[in-house]
Amino acid sequence: MPSFLLWAWLGGLMIAAIAGPLGSFMVWRRMAYFGDTLAHAALLGVALGLLLQVNLSLAVALVCLLLAILLSTLMHRRIIATDTLLGILSHASLSLGLVSLSLFDHQGLDLMGFLFGDLLSINAEDLVWIGSACALVLIILVTIWKPLLAITVNEELAQVEGINVAWMRTLLMLLVAIVIAVAMKVVGVLLITSLLIIPAAAARRLSTSPEQMALFASLLGMLAVSGGLALSWFYDTPAGPSVVIIASGLFFVLYSLPRAGRHA
Amino acid sequence: MMSMPQVLMSASNLGVKRGDRWLIKDINLTLHGGQITTVIGPNGAGKSTLVRSLLKLMKTSSGKIDAMAGLRIGYMPQKLKLENTLPLTVERFLDLGRHKKHTLSPQLWQQLLHRCRAEKLLTQPMQQLSGGETQRVLLLRALLRKPHLLVLDEPVQGVDITGQVALYDLIKQVRDILGCGILMVSHDLHLVMAATDHVICLNQHICCSGHPQQVSQDPAFTDLFGEQGAASLALYNHQHNHHHTSHGDIIDGQHHEGCNHA
Repeated sequence: MPSFLLWAWLGGLMIAAIAGPLGSFMVWRRMAYFGDTLAHAALLGVALGLLLQVNLSLAVALVCLLLAILLSTLMHRRIIATDTLLGILSHASLSLGLVSLSLFDHQGLDLMGFLFGDLLSINAEDLVWIGSACALVLIILVTIWKPLLAITVNEELAQVEGINVAWMRTLLMLLVAIVIAVAMKVVGVLLITSLLIIPAAAARRLSTSPEQMALFASLLGMLAVSGGLALSWFYDTPAGPSVVIIASGLFFVLYSLPRAGRHA
Repeated sequence: MMSMPQVLMSASNLGVKRGDRWLIKDINLTLHGGQITTVIGPNGAGKSTLVRSLLKLMKTSSGKIDAMAGLRIGYMPQKLKLENTLPLTVERFLDLGRHKKHTLSPQLWQQLLHRCRAEKLLTQPMQQLSGGETQRVLLLRALLRKPHLLVLDEPVQGVDITGQVALYDLIKQVRDILGCGILMVSHDLHLVMAATDHVICLNQHICCSGHPQQVSQDPAFTDLFGEQGAASLALYNHQHNHHHTSHGDIIDGQHHEGCNHA
């Protein structure tokens, strides 16, 4: 196996592994569209990173986090219906990112890579970044698992029981922002949410506890990354979309199978 | 006379304003340990607003709330909306409410589990419970931390009429077992009557309050709910645009603006 393929595979596996539990939370909390909006803003982060000449992942994570905080403030104020707000900000930030990137006249700027991912360009250094980011997210997630689950079930109940709901929400958004920043490399800003949402949704079919769903989501995501890479290798298809196609395939297969012995 | 029960929480001149409308206003109340206080009132009277502001889930616009130091509150929300995508058994749901230090003894837990008829529900997914089962599980969750004060917002919602009577009875049993104070919201005085020590009749402000027997004969109460209306309060269409004398020391007898609405 050529080393670039190995790096791609390992990087993809790590991101799929962490996307499992995080994606489960996004499914449970109905954050799919919210995640999409943040992911689109990642492009703006890339532009800012290039402008200020700082690490791109860092710039993306920062922009995503800021937008997440802005979004939840606006949503809380109920100025306009949430889906409308997300629809506006999602495409406004995507367009802003595209326009500002077009202003740079970089030779090597690979717009398609940012939009749909460039898994096969992952190198050893990227891998260290991805690994540390995933480890950080995993540690935080394990630490706050129970309160996070409690606010997901019912925020008011959790608050009366003494959980700092606002803080937990912010932490979850921070984790999503970090994962978007590193996953951009794998599937690109337009497809990131699918890597978070699809394996988790597929895993629901197999699970009877939240932890089970998180674990199955990781495994299904890893399967999708492996399958997508294989597809890309043998048929020369773009890697990111191939991963998403395999993940969606898994989802449809799992949902078309009859449920063994359990209530429909 | 009984010895003076402990004061768990008291509110004075509490008001919540949204825009330029007062949702609740001039609320004075005291909650005691071991006592069941029921807030009743027509739809839109601000019952949930009152409860939620006492729980600090809502910003208040005036007045203050004093709580006993270290007060532990068990809360049973009006309803629980659970996403179907979240696989959660009753047991896991209850686990989420457990506290490291303040827990029920195993015997007490078994007793409450039995009283709430929830032993067989533990392994079931939350989403498959009936209305009554959900309420009993929510009640159990509220009891997990051995609360000093139990706050129940419309505890019988989605429960059929026989179930409602049983649930009120259960709430009374819980009070006797744990000795906690209870604040609950209801829109039906008839059913709550037997399980209540103190009634607060709310319609933006406190119209009258006192022992259930006493309140049901209060002119302010009949004004609010109509002569025969008490049994079907939820359906009662409130046309309250006349002056009335309020009862008791809660509010003085002048006309209150809060009563002037259709």
